[in-house]
Order: sequence, then structure tokens, then C-alpha cells
Amino acid sequence: MYVAVKGGEAAIANAHRLLADERRGDRSVPELDVAQIREQMSLLVDRIMTEGSVYDRDLAALALKQARGDVTEAIFLVRAWRNTLPRFGASAPVDTAAMRIRRRVSATWKDLPGGQVLGPTFDYTHRLVDFALAAGGEPEAAATAEPADDSRDCPRVTDLLDDESLIERHDAVADGPAPDLTREPLAFPANRSLRLQALARGDEGFILALGYSTQRGYGRTHPFVGEIRTGDVEVFFTPEELGFAAPLGRVTLTECQMVNQFHGSKERPPQFTRGYGLAFGAAERKAMAMALVDRSLRARELGEEMTSPAQDEEFVLAHCDPLQATGFVEHLKLPHYVDFQAELELVRGMRAAHAARRDAPANNETLTADPAPAREAAE
Amino acid sequence: MTDTPEIASSLTPLQQARRAAMAICAEATREELETVVAAVGYPGAVAILRRPETGLVLVRGRAGGDGDAFNLGEMTLTRCVVRLDDGVEGYAWTPGRDGARTRAAAIIDALVQSPTHASDLDAAMTPVRQRLADDLAVAESRTAATRVNFFTMVRGED
Repeated sequence: MYVAVKGGEAAIANAHRLLADERRGDRSVPELDVAQIREQMSLLVDRIMTEGSVYDRDLAALALKQARGDVTEAIFLVRAWRNTLPRFGASAPVDTAAMRIRRRVSATWKDLPGGQVLGPTFDYTHRLVDFALAAGGEPEAAATAEPADDSRDCPRVTDLLDDESLIERHDAVADGPAPDLTREPLAFPANRSLRLQALARGDEGFILALGYSTQRGYGRTHPFVGEIRTGDVEVFFTPEELGFAAPLGRVTLTECQMVNQFHGSKERPPQFTRGYGLAFGAAERKAMAMALVDRSLRARELGEEMTSPAQDEEFVLAHCDPLQATGFVEHLKLPHYVDFQAELELVRGMRAAHAARRDAPANNETLTADPAPAREAAE
Repeated sequence: MTDTPEIASSLTPLQQARRAAMAICAEATREELETVVAAVGYPGAVAILRRPETGLVLVRGRAGGDGDAFNLGEMTLTRCVVRLDDGVEGYAWTPGRDGARTRAAAIIDALVQSPTHASDLDAAMTPVRQRLADDLAVAESRTAATRVNFFTMVRGED
């Protein structure tokens, strides 16, 4: 129960001034500018874009600065700002097969057309803290090499075994508008398009933990990384007044194709099934975790036994949004004086009844009243 | 709603030219676009029919890359419409929130359609095209250096 509480205006104003001051930190240290955050904290910026669900690097960097680096607060700022803007329409679905590759690896096919390209990865580093970075200084220039002839032709590896039907195909059937949870409340059962939207904007930590749970046996799906690719994809949008698709430039995306075992059913022969992850920017962990959870949420469709949280779309989709989660958890700190007062009265009443019962003669039990109805009323 | 952009060959030559210029405007900086507009030096007045307005476009992907469409998220976009003295209208939808950049892109779209300015525009765009091509070449060569060349250990058993 919420009751208007007056007072505290001066305290609030001063708290915000203090916040601004603490955000600035020690004033003898140079202030961060948005371009520095955008360029040097780029993976954090990518996460804000993905979960804030708006691709705009400068905006995400500014939100991070305002939020003092608090990821969820920055996502909140981006989502709130987004709500003030008109929507001009929807893009054509992006063609990730035509991505300009910056990184592309497969754990299942060693030799694939276009090759395996590591790109700027943390993999194979020794995870030793580099104290030289603290001293500053410029790194050596990146190495260069002549691109191979096939470097611009990188088919998705899931398309490579097409002929044998060993890996399931998705025939694009449902064109046109996809369900949009920013316009329609989440409803169950959700179709895969709606689930993918929710997972794409879902909290990385939550999705990661759920994906991990499937690996540990809670809804096991026997995954392999068919392919992870990061790079730039051109976006097209057809405005009504133009009459043809206008290019909107390129966005950086990370895509993960998980390939999973499937034993087959009466209708379907055994084949590998797939889980899919897609995120803004360089977001490999998110894309991988999303692909694991996407696959486990297909349990009903594939007739698998449903035993685990990561297979339960209502559990996953209702709890994966970072803002909904933080909103409900953090609202607990706001004034609940009246609720609590009611609970206090209730507990006092229960204690009095308890004491009376304890002190009364053993054969007299009619004195105690059931306090449950009072509790209902208080809430 | 279009689910795949038309292939270029299905567009008229003028539409192809406009799309090509739009693709450059989408990746060029504000300074580059304003330099292009200044270099063409359109002598008449440019009327703003629709002032730059920032909004969002829903970016869609496909499940598995090849399946049903789904909504990945949104991107910021600014649109603007201008009209040259001779009545040609220029449209722009550029990523981001920069109104001045979008206005320059709209003027460029009008100039593409203007028979008297199209060739000047093409010349003025050349440095931008070249810069974008150079950037891409650098990025591709840096990426290429991280390509894995597997080799298999041959064991000495015939």
C-alpha cells in the first residue's frame, strides 16, 4: 500500500546534489567525457545498448556516466528516454550471413568457408593483471594481413550441412510484424519470436546463470557452439514516403548458433536442433547464454520432458528483465509506513492471543481468535 | 512492411543512385556531409519541409538467422525532408540523433535527383567514399591478421 508522504524535499534536493558531486569524484582527477567511455569502455556500452534495447553508442555512454557506472541504472535511463520518442517503423530483418566479420569462431567445424577469425578476443589471454596499463602509454599498432579471397564470403555454418538435413532448418514463414513486448504485455504461451525479444533485452547475469544451469543438468541440451560471429550488419528500413528500402548504416551485432542434440520423435527423425542468440555490439557471453536458454525454452515444441527452470518460459520471461526485477526488489526501500504499522498491530494482536492461550487453563481453547482475517484486511 | 530490401536491379537507376548516396550518408560524419554540401554549392534556397526529428526504428532479426522475424531492439534515427528551389524534395533517415547531419543528408538526397547537380555531387562525395573504403580496408586487414591457419601434426607412422 502506498500513501503519499510529504516532507523531505530539501533532503532529496541535497541528496541529488551530493550524488552529482560524488559522481564527479575527486576533482583533482580529470573528468571522463562521453567519447572516452564510448571508446574505452565499449563492451560496457554494448551491454547498455543490448539491455537498454536502443542501439546508440553515445547515448549508452552518457547514461553510464550519469549512472556512475551502474549498469541497471544506465539501462533504466536509456529505456526511459526511449519511451519519449516516436517510432518510425521496423527494419527489414537483418541478414547476418552478409555480416562484415570482425570475429568468427566455430567449435564444431575446423575448416569452414571464410575461416576462423579470432578478432579482438580475451580468449587465450592469461588473465594476469597488466600493471603496465596503469602507467598508460600507447599499445603497439594492430597487426595487419592481406585478407584472403574468401574473407567476405562467410556463410552461417548452420547453412553448410543443409543438404543432409542433419541440422534443422528454419524456413522463414512468419514474415510481417513480430510480437512486441514493448507494446503488448507478455502473454503465455509465448512464441519463439517473443521469447527471443525478451531474452535479447534480458539481464545478462540472469540469462547466463540459466544457461549454465542447463549445462549442469537442469534441462540438459547437449550444446556445441556451431558458430559465434561478431561484425557489422547493414540495416534497411522502408519509409512509406520513399517507396524503397533506405540503408540506415551498419550496426555491430554478435550472433551465436548453438547446435544441440535431439533424439527425434515419431514425426521427426533424429537431427541436431538449434538455439539462437543475438545481441547489439560485441556481446559474446550474452549471445551464448541466450542461445542456450532459447534452446531449452523449446522443450515444449520438441516434446521434451519439462523439469527445470530454464525450460519454463513463464519463469524465465517473467523474471529476465533487469528493470522489472530491480523495480520490484528496490521498491521495498520506499516508505511502507502504513503497511508496516498494520503488520505491527497484527503481530501485537497475535502475541496477545498467544499469551492468552499460553496462560489460560488447558481446557479453555475458545478464547483464541484466528487472526488471519485481520491480516487480509490490513493488506 | 518489407521483409527483405529490394535487390538493386529491381530499382530504377535514380533510386539506385539515391540508395547508394544514402548508404554513404549513413556512415559519414556531419563534417563530411556538410563539406559535400558546401562543395556542391547549391545556389538556390533550401526549404525545410520537415525539420529534423529524432525517433526510433525497430531492428529485427530472424530466429536462427533464417527463421521467423523477431524484434531485437531499437536504434535511434533522425529524419528530415528538404526542398530545393526547383521543387525537388530530398529525404534523409540517418542513424543517431544529429539534426544537422541529417539535414545535410537530405540536401544530398535532393542533389542526387537534381539533373544539374548530380555530377558535382558525385565528385564531392568521392573523398567520403574513399575514406569509408580505406577504413574498411584497414579493418579487414586487421581482422585478417587474426585468422587461424590450422595445421595438422603429421606423426611418423606410415
